[in-house]
Amino acid sequence: MKIKDTLENYVFVLPAVAIFSIFYVIPFIWVFQLGLFEWDGISFTKVFVGLGNFKEIFLQDVNWWRAMWNASYITLIALTFQNILAFMLAWACDREIKMKNFYRVIFFIPPVLSEVVVGMAWRFIINDIDGANIINRTLIGMGLTNFAHNWLSDPKTALTTVAIVHCWKGFGWGFLIFLAGLQTIPRELYEAARVDGASAWQSFRKITLPLMIPVMVLVAILTVLGTMQVFVLIVSLVGGEFAGHTSVPVLRILASMRGSSRFGYACAQGITFGMILIIISFIQYRFSKKGQ
Amino acid sequence: MWFKNMLLGVVVLFSVVGCSEQKIDSKPTINIWHWMTDRDPVFQALAKKYETLTGVKINFELYAPSDAYTQKIRAAAQGINLPDVFGILGEKRDFASFVKAGHILDLTSYMEANNSNWKNSFFPKALAVNEFGPQNSYGINPGIFGVPIDIMTIQMVYNKKLLAQLGLSPNRPPKTLPEFLDIGSKIKAAGMQGLVSGWGEVWMIDCLASNYAFNIMGKDKVMATIKGEVPYTDPDWIKVFTIFKQMKDSGVLAQGLVTMINKSAEQLFANEKAVFAFNGSWCVNVYKGMNSNLEYGAMLPPEASDKFPMAIWGGAGSSFMVNARSKNKEEAVKFLIWLTDQDQQAYLAAQTNNLPANKNSLSKIPEVLAQFARGMDYATHPNVWGVSEFSLVIEAFDRGIQSIIIGEKTPEQAANDVQKIKERELAKKRTN
Repeated sequence: MKIKDTLENYVFVLPAVAIFSIFYVIPFIWVFQLGLFEWDGISFTKVFVGLGNFKEIFLQDVNWWRAMWNASYITLIALTFQNILAFMLAWACDREIKMKNFYRVIFFIPPVLSEVVVGMAWRFIINDIDGANIINRTLIGMGLTNFAHNWLSDPKTALTTVAIVHCWKGFGWGFLIFLAGLQTIPRELYEAARVDGASAWQSFRKITLPLMIPVMVLVAILTVLGTMQVFVLIVSLVGGEFAGHTSVPVLRILASMRGSSRFGYACAQGITFGMILIIISFIQYRFSKKGQ
Repeated sequence: MWFKNMLLGVVVLFSVVGCSEQKIDSKPTINIWHWMTDRDPVFQALAKKYETLTGVKINFELYAPSDAYTQKIRAAAQGINLPDVFGILGEKRDFASFVKAGHILDLTSYMEANNSNWKNSFFPKALAVNEFGPQNSYGINPGIFGVPIDIMTIQMVYNKKLLAQLGLSPNRPPKTLPEFLDIGSKIKAAGMQGLVSGWGEVWMIDCLASNYAFNIMGKDKVMATIKGEVPYTDPDWIKVFTIFKQMKDSGVLAQGLVTMINKSAEQLFANEKAVFAFNGSWCVNVYKGMNSNLEYGAMLPPEASDKFPMAIWGGAGSSFMVNARSKNKEEAVKFLIWLTDQDQQAYLAAQTNNLPANKNSLSKIPEVLAQFARGMDYATHPNVWGVSEFSLVIEAFDRGIQSIIIGEKTPEQAANDVQKIKERELAKKRTN
């Protein structure tokens, strides 16, 4: 009977396991295998290079690590600015404020927009040459002429501008998850704290924050995984890698595939990138466990 | 009961109809994948005409933009699922890979049939882009593997009205680099934008740099550099890099050029916000659609040296290849012969403002397009050089120029960086 029950259980999960294996596990193994070859993506023959591609990534490919640095910078801004904003807005919407349902809808519009649309719209808003230059005109109108700038075509500000636009687009997801998390906190805890004479800040620090830690960890992991893979926004905002200033890992992988016709190397880059993201997520998870 | 009988009757009816003998079409359908958005309506019209004449159905499918098309073709090649006719966008080495993998039909015998009638109808430079010569460095047996359907040159264009506003003759664009740089200060003072181009897409930087390399050091030295015999730190190459610094310092380059995509550059020039643009002859149709009143002319990039002639990129604009594994090879070739015939080429040129590949079809074209056509005398193309530079070197070269324009590197630093990558790639090649 036990064997029969076990078999029955496996039958139920088999479709999901099959789909997962076909679309995730097998391609992952295949990509890793391709990473061991030098292949142009067209020929039927591949040249086995062993770990040569991985060696090149770690020891010679300066452009790759610059791309990783740029993606990390955007992720850092997303982890701080974007998520703090999302949390504050979620906290505000969790309280009894006017029009909170309206705000919930409005804040969730940017994440559902296409990245290409967001990039093109913001390029039009920001760019002074082929756009409406709204930001600079507003700054000049406010008498802040010194702050008017070529935000997207200055290498010093291009990446930060991309990061801010990414935050605008991405904060809605964090907002939604934080809001859901806040709504699971029992109201009785706040009432009890109020009865005990706790201030709003003390309630926030002693009740809200500790109970929100698992949600924050989840949002942080999702932020890292999502932001490190950004590239569509960069292409639509800046046009490309901008002499390396807006290079990110996915664009480097695309450059290896398309520009250099080095599919094997691109696969190796993909595997390396995936492993780095897994390690970062694992570290975040362990860190949060220790914190709890 | 009545309902069940009705349902059974419907099922039987559909089964009978479904199993009835289908009328088999004896004429094949030729599937052609392309990326040319502006030419799709004309292709569809020509397809209908061909079907009326021969009964063979031609199915043009558009996959744009060109990046998406390139990926689609590669994916189809990997799945051995290419259509009957397609194009290859990219470098000659990619073309060679497709040929080596057996994806592309050798058209030499078709070209040379009937006293080479078909071959002789094309501009030689257009055909050369689709040809692999004897002892080519790609290891391909010599032959013709593609059919050009139009030709193009990449030159500069200038706005006549804006030039006049700067106090210059609208019919005498700058011929030398010093004249061009001098205009930069006037452009700055007038608050206009200078040269626009899709330099966010890097290959166009490569194109202009290559033009100046030929002008400064001649073809032989450029080829020797690609072969590794001359370093990129050579004084002549430093001169090439320095030209971009000079252009940036003079103010003749538009702001934000390094992040500009070609579509934005085309819009800026068409809307008369830029005095110059660096673009291909396809721009004639594009500008016509954006601003039919635009008054402009085409010019060669202003010469930096009188030692060697200025060279521009030109040759076949778009080409089609026949799938070697297609079951409809013969019909596909027949269609391409018809498509590149004088009448169809003249029709294509008239409707799309692109230069015809058939040299007998150049009868009535707009004056500005004729200026682009005259540039063919100076045309060359990396795909006809017989050697290819390493892609990582090209990337470093183009990035180096971008860094010079944004003031991050000097020409010497950019040259050093490129040479380092070149030496590394040469060492790798020797090891392999």
